Amino acid sequence: MWFKSKSFKGGVHPPENKAFSDNKVIEKLPLPERVVIPLAQHIGAPAEPIVSVGDEVKTGQKIGQSKGFVSVPCHASISGIVKKIEPRPHPVGGDVLAIEIEGDGNDIMSQDFDFNPDYMVQSVDEMKENILEAGIAGMGGATFPTHVKLSPPPDKTIDTLILNGAECEPFLTSDARLMIEFPKEIIEGLRILMKILNCKRGYIAIEKNKPNAISLFHKLINDSKQSDINVVGLKVKYPQGAEKQLIKAIVNRNVPAGGLPMDVGCLVQNVGTAKAVYDAISKKLPLIERVVTVTGKGIKEPKNVLARIGTPFQQVIDFCGGLTDDAAKIINGGPMMGIAQFDLEVPVIKGTSGIVILNTKQAILPQPQPCISCARCVDSCPMGLMPNYLATLVENQKFEQAKEFNIKDCIECGSCSYVCPSKIRHVHLFKFGKMHVAKMMKPAA
Amino acid sequence: MDTVIISSILSIGGMGLLFGAGLAFASKKFAIEVDPKIEEIIDNLPGANCGACGYPGCSGYAEAIAKSGAEVAIDLCTPGGAAVSAKIAEIMGISAVEAKEPQVAVVQCRGNHEKAPKRFHYHGITDCAAAELIMKGDKGCVYGCLGLGTCVESCPFGAMIMGSDGLPIVLEDKCTACGVCVAACPRGIMALIPRSQKIFLGCVSQDKAKKVKEVCSVGCIGCSLCSKPKVTPSGSIEMNGNLPKIVNPTADDLPMAVEKCPTNSFVVRK
Ligand code: SF4
Ligand code: SF4
Ligand code: SF4
Ligand code: SF4
Repeated sequence: MWFKSKSFKGGVHPPENKAFSDNKVIEKLPLPERVVIPLAQHIGAPAEPIVSVGDEVKTGQKIGQSKGFVSVPCHASISGIVKKIEPRPHPVGGDVLAIEIEGDGNDIMSQDFDFNPDYMVQSVDEMKENILEAGIAGMGGATFPTHVKLSPPPDKTIDTLILNGAECEPFLTSDARLMIEFPKEIIEGLRILMKILNCKRGYIAIEKNKPNAISLFHKLINDSKQSDINVVGLKVKYPQGAEKQLIKAIVNRNVPAGGLPMDVGCLVQNVGTAKAVYDAISKKLPLIERVVTVTGKGIKEPKNVLARIGTPFQQVIDFCGGLTDDAAKIINGGPMMGIAQFDLEVPVIKGTSGIVILNTKQAILPQPQPCISCARCVDSCPMGLMPNYLATLVENQKFEQAKEFNIKDCIECGSCSYVCPSKIRHVHLFKFGKMHVAKMMKPAA
Repeated sequence: MDTVIISSILSIGGMGLLFGAGLAFASKKFAIEVDPKIEEIIDNLPGANCGACGYPGCSGYAEAIAKSGAEVAIDLCTPGGAAVSAKIAEIMGISAVEAKEPQVAVVQCRGNHEKAPKRFHYHGITDCAAAELIMKGDKGCVYGCLGLGTCVESCPFGAMIMGSDGLPIVLEDKCTACGVCVAACPRGIMALIPRSQKIFLGCVSQDKAKKVKEVCSVGCIGCSLCSKPKVTPSGSIEMNGNLPKIVNPTADDLPMAVEKCPTNSFVVRK
């Protein structure tokens, strides 16, 4: 190994479970017959529909206009007719206004999306505009609009850009495959991001359980003598891919409580986002598809698939041989932070890094027992919180105190619940507590 | 030996005297004038500290009234009702205010386990607001009662119980209309209505008829039949979006609406 493993304090080691799919080459999912494209697939204001029912749309055509700065547009991912614009079940919860397109099976592109070899000569503003127009939001799962992250206030300089290829969630392999199959595009994406931020140092951070990806990037970067980009092997530990933990591990800077990576001159982007940025800048190609890992004991043939945004989960699952008889829980995202689904009509969205299907045995949650004060949760919390104490405070509705104990810093990584021998459901309690703290802080109406 | 005992008794006793005198002096010199009215008002308030008045507990309200010289309305204690406000008027030496119409809390949802099934298994913490955070709750109807009893827990007067069918029940003779349950319910199911109103709508769903039918067999489908002159000629019911609104709570024609409602969405109080 070329580097000492870098890491952070706290964290846990859940079984990786990557073997289901880490050697499976990305397969293109057959063109879906219909897609459901939610207008909110990102953090911020939902997009506004700019097509009407009955309109003909082409692949890549913008169908939702971003509304406000913290918002991104969305695009038709297949060509066809707009069937409905109505609230539909969303993988992150609730019914969200969505555009349903019935495909014509022809996948007619709205424009050529030709490769422009001189893409690097674009001005920074042009690049940002292209990224916004491509509808890119963080593809690691957080779905924060990328153009916003790339527009720090003038008083903040970003000197370090980190591409996050840690993929620390168990089961997921979509980023790993992307890194092995599209390394050049990812490096170019990083170059573009560095140019936009006028940033001199780039890192590609990968957990050491992906040695192929590490050596591949290392070779590519050495061969092309790009000395301003480093490849860093990270210790395999969850949540290694969380922004603050990543920054601590790589450049040893501490993002202050309540602060952002830009406060310490850093910016973190997912490797998938970098690839999407490359496509947006070099081909003007909007974000209409993404790699999704379909995996777990509950699916017959685990795969990594390239799915159009808006493809219903059901179709993705069918393509992977269908559910096994004892499939019990279907999760959008990884098992640590993902959200369980109850309706397979929900579509793949920009943040769907994986669909993990657990079997009955894995899905059953033991009943929580009283805390035995073992403090394992305290040791595991990457944010240095006291989950045991916070859980008790929230259970007793002591939200004021929970706030003093920094409940708002919790990143909901689930490390505490994972290690807890009493199986206390910390994360749910903390989500609940945070909701109350937010309510408390709002000035009374 | 004796001298040791005597001297310690004397010195300890002397110190006691000295401190006692100090305390007596301090309690006179730094005494805080407590308005006797505050104490008197507190004695007359129910002491539930429910917050219905909008002040931090009964003592907070008593202090506010006394300090303001009765600028603060004296009829804010709903649990206490007219009797308490009359008492406060007497203490403050002002004229009593007209008694407010007594109210009662009602559960505006009829979708129990059987009528409005769940859409997934919820394993989270037992609190309706917490359940709401997980995919907007396990109930098929995203407006309906989640049945985890946050309202029941919140009631300071023990006036609510959870029914075996998954819907809370208000024990009307105990309910003081403090409104704590109304604030506690994340779904706006709890409401206060005049005690004289015998009929209310047991549904808060804003969904369209098709969706309502999919998720609940007693949900209001917004057909507007109850608001039609042939059912309620006095105009006691008006449509407000997808839901009917009772504009005259004591109208004689309301029972007709109850009878005609195709989904049986109205509730008749005993
Ligand atoms: S308290 Fe929050 S940040 Fe800490 S381990 Fe638990 S979920 Fe993670
Ligand atoms: S790990 Fe669980 S049992 Fe141990 S101290 Fe934390 S909350 Fe308590
Ligand atoms: S049922 Fe509601 S309004 Fe009635 S006493 Fe209880 S909390 Fe107050
Ligand atoms: S009325 Fe509201 S608080 Fe009470 S059980 Fe139903 S949803 Fe929960």
